[in-house]
Amino acid sequence: MDRLHLTDLYFAEARSKLIDLAAFLDRIERSDGTDDFRIKSLRAALNELGKPGPEKAKKILLVLSDPTEKPVPEAGTKSASGAWSGF
Amino acid sequence: MRYIEPHAHMISRVTDDYAAMVTAGCRAVCEPAFWAGFDRSSAQGFYDYFCQLTDYEPRRAAQFGLPHYSWLCLNPKEAENLSLANDVLAMIPAFLDRPNVLGIGEIGLNKNSRNEVAVFEKQVDLAVRYDQMILVHTPHLEDKWKGTRLIVDVLKNNRGIDPARVIIDHVEEHTVDVVLDAGFWAGITLYPQSKCTPARAIDMVEVYGAQRIWLNCACDWGQSDPLAVPKTALEMKRRGHSEEAVDRLVYENPIQFLSQNPKFQLDEIGWEDKCRAAQK
Repeated sequence: MDRLHLTDLYFAEARSKLIDLAAFLDRIERSDGTDDFRIKSLRAALNELGKPGPEKAKKILLVLSDPTEKPVPEAGTKSASGAWSGF
Repeated sequence: MRYIEPHAHMISRVTDDYAAMVTAGCRAVCEPAFWAGFDRSSAQGFYDYFCQLTDYEPRRAAQFGLPHYSWLCLNPKEAENLSLANDVLAMIPAFLDRPNVLGIGEIGLNKNSRNEVAVFEKQVDLAVRYDQMILVHTPHLEDKWKGTRLIVDVLKNNRGIDPARVIIDHVEEHTVDVVLDAGFWAGITLYPQSKCTPARAIDMVEVYGAQRIWLNCACDWGQSDPLAVPKTALEMKRRGHSEEAVDRLVYENPIQFLSQNPKFQLDEIGWEDKCRAAQK
């Protein structure tokens, strides 16, 4: 499928998601408090989005991932937050 | 269209979901053991769960002519309790001969803890000892990349493992190559938020090819869609993929992997008999 057809198929959806993301950051910045590791990670991931080149999804997932290699001593919790707390 | 749902937690779904899946073309459903949403208080809770997966749930599916298969294990979210894990692992071999049990799964990691890794290694050993196929769960979100690499290391360090008989599930763009390059099968899970959308799943198939990949919905009691696989098949057609390419990905591929266990059969005559038995 060529670029025009892919644009026809997905542009409206991508536009909607982009505006949702912008509105989310506006909402965060109107609120009291400071960015935690999740918002800091999200802002770093947005930098990847603006760079040219392939594998943007992979690069953003890596920004949002725990980069360490060894098992942690204890699980602590069962849930995931979506960003690495050490960011 | 026709498809196999290779990963669905049907015990947490209503009976209407079975009807919808069969209406959409589902020809078989496979249910790995998972976390109940709360920690079980004893190994006896797992015994009851394994009975549900191997007895009650196949009969519920049979009411709609749908073959139901299961995978058994202790899930990684309950692996911090080593005493409980040992008791549950000791119980599993007695269930492996049941007619709908395909192997050990979904084992793996959740928060990448030492105990999770230790229990994962024990369950891999159990699978090797009993010549079972393996279905692996990879961690969620920020823990997935690290966990997937730990999982692949454990599997590669076990000389009894044949990568062709192991599927590592819930891959995303940053882990799919880690899994495929090591020779394992890769599962792409279609979730509204926390895993993969239909469009991204098709992107990965276009980039990496359709070999050794299956799609699944992994529907459970959380936000999930039991019809995610047929909806993704529809999305593939919108993207210009042929009927044959769609069929290969959502029907032939899972059959190719699952048929390595001779218990996996799409024997409609046999299942009609089971339907009748279930309705009595």
